[in-house]
Amino acid sequence: MAEISIRDALNQALDEEMARDERVFVLGEEVGEYNGAYKVTRGLLDKYGAPRVLDTPIAELGFTGLAVGAATVGLRPVVEWMTFNFSLLALDQVVNNAAKMRHMSGGQLSVPIVFRGPNGPAEYLSSQHSQALQTLYVHVPGLKVASYATPYDAKGILKSAIRDDNPVVLLESELAYAWTGEVPDEEYTIPLGKADVKREGGEVTLITYSKPVRMVLEAAAELEKLGVDAEVIDLRSLRPLDEDAIYASVRKTNRAVVVDEAWPVASFGSHVAWLISRNCFDMLDAQVELVSSEDVPMPYNHRLELAAQPSVEKIVAAAKRVLYME
Amino acid sequence: MAERVLMTALSPTMEEGTIVNWNKSEGDAVAAGDLLCEVETDKATMDYESTQEGTLLKIVRGEGSSSRVGDTIAILGEEGEQIDSLVEESTASAQKPSPQAGPTESEREAKGTTPAAAPAAGPDAPAADDGARVKASPLARRIASERGIDLRRISGSGPSGRVVRADVESFSGEGAEDRAAAGSAVSGRGEDVTIPVSGKRAVIARRLAESKFSAPHYYLKSSVRMDAAVRARKELNAEIPQKAGFNAFLIKFAAEALKRHPRVNASWQGDHILQFGSIDIGLAVDLGNGLVTPIVRDCGNRGIVDIDHALRELVEKAGDGKLQPQEYTGATFTISNLGSFGIEEFTAIINPPGSAILAVGEIAKTPVVNDRDEIEVAQIMKMTLSCDHRVIDGAEGGRFLHELKRIVENPVRVLF
Repeated sequence: MAEISIRDALNQALDEEMARDERVFVLGEEVGEYNGAYKVTRGLLDKYGAPRVLDTPIAELGFTGLAVGAATVGLRPVVEWMTFNFSLLALDQVVNNAAKMRHMSGGQLSVPIVFRGPNGPAEYLSSQHSQALQTLYVHVPGLKVASYATPYDAKGILKSAIRDDNPVVLLESELAYAWTGEVPDEEYTIPLGKADVKREGGEVTLITYSKPVRMVLEAAAELEKLGVDAEVIDLRSLRPLDEDAIYASVRKTNRAVVVDEAWPVASFGSHVAWLISRNCFDMLDAQVELVSSEDVPMPYNHRLELAAQPSVEKIVAAAKRVLYME
Repeated sequence: MAERVLMTALSPTMEEGTIVNWNKSEGDAVAAGDLLCEVETDKATMDYESTQEGTLLKIVRGEGSSSRVGDTIAILGEEGEQIDSLVEESTASAQKPSPQAGPTESEREAKGTTPAAAPAAGPDAPAADDGARVKASPLARRIASERGIDLRRISGSGPSGRVVRADVESFSGEGAEDRAAAGSAVSGRGEDVTIPVSGKRAVIARRLAESKFSAPHYYLKSSVRMDAAVRARKELNAEIPQKAGFNAFLIKFAAEALKRHPRVNASWQGDHILQFGSIDIGLAVDLGNGLVTPIVRDCGNRGIVDIDHALRELVEKAGDGKLQPQEYTGATFTISNLGSFGIEEFTAIINPPGSAILAVGEIAKTPVVNDRDEIEVAQIMKMTLSCDHRVIDGAEGGRFLHELKRIVENPVRVLF
């Protein structure tokens, strides 16, 4: 097994799928000549040529709509949004066309398309460029939404997403592109809709996905120092959601903390917390806690920027609350 | 936003508490964990620590007033907050007549006599007492209902007294049955004096009546020669810095006899008998205004000196009203000693969840016939064992008491 970065794992997935299926093509701002704003598409233009690696103008609604149309007539586009903040411009194409085409055509049309790019805060980008917008996408029936926090998951999930006949939105993270981990040499895929227990434990369930996975694992290590045996579930897929994995863990631990980088109001994290409250009601020994970003536009000041996001301390404190440790 | 501070159940059996002392005044800042007030519960005076924080805006129930669990006793919030409506609601509910007490004549008059006016009692009508709802986690509720435990009897360790799983699992209450005391109002007339029933008195009344009415009691009496025990105590006390009290000896002897007859250390549970793994002996202690039975845990594995220390500490706390619920609930066996009052012998009522109680009289010089058929002066103590026949048959009780008598008469038997 090779130790590679998430960036390279995604590159491998794109490369392998483009080689495997000539209908697969990538498009977006700077994906070709510049090798991608975050170098995820490095080398693909040289290898596959201009028609299959398409540099687009700075016009999200336009190129996203173009890709949805291409998918509708049989190609398998992978759209790179430079960040999810810019995807807001393309939202109509995603929500009204990609997610609805199968329904509106009575099943005659399908839209096998992947939308991917960095979502959520990085650093020093202030409020317009630091948003975790996954809730907007998970909200929409007809879309699949997934995430990854390790190179292994990134590669396996991107390959499955490209092969899926539905529109799939993939949440990446600018700060996580450089994270490394082992990836098998042989080919593999990871099915959408399967959570992964990143750490087994028996006393409290910490549920998260995407970039916060690493932080939650650090929090679990802190809790271990306090004598608490925490289980960490990486949902990986937000829609479809692996509810069975969540409930099995909560039934074991009787306590749950959901950690979500998005804002707290009407968020995916609050939805998961509600599901637990509803479906594990008689198995809960404490309220379900949600650690989210604060309900504010992201400050530019770095201290405030960090304070506005989930942190190891906030996660440990929430776990202690549900464990009645304070 | 201003919020109510509610009277919470500070002991497993508490339904009502009297505020003895407010440790904070109106206008004081209150942090979570601060001592708000001291509350006399049915058994002890407990510290009420705030789980909320803010400024104490209003004390609704002053010192000396009694509140049911769930009643508003104070209002907490931010300085300068408008709390008139909260205060009004809270004081209205404070003045709400208890369900037993009907409206007085003058109240009836005030409301008018037309039938139409009668149902319009409105705010005076006893509302559904939502405030008295026990806070418990769903899991704790489920486990309690599976085990037939009344949540109201458990004091919660979670936020705002929430009952959580650990509280239910560690609860060693006396069986599943628990009914609220049916407080009967005795009206004062002539020179009779009406003494209000304190929380403590109500619990004593309810528990002992429950025990006496549900457990078929029978009594075994035995006279014990105390010469050897008195001598043993003297010898032991010569060896140790702090003299061990006589009750510590009694507890130790009883524990040794229970070890040899574990079926006496048991409890009737309706559909099964629970034989306790630990010998936890309660000693009835008079507080002047009621009685409490602090419990020395695990007496089977402790020496007399250790037992004596534990007992002294508990009795002192009991005297100060500081005994915690876990220190007086769940005795597996109980001893009541009225020897200091010159009582020769008496019978006691079993203290649940135990199935037997030993009533001990005074040690008195008594003429006895010895082995050689001579009359001699001996120190005699009379013991009476009350047993719950559902758990302990006469022969078993007899064997136990006989063993106890032999141990007391010849303490070296504890080495056997």
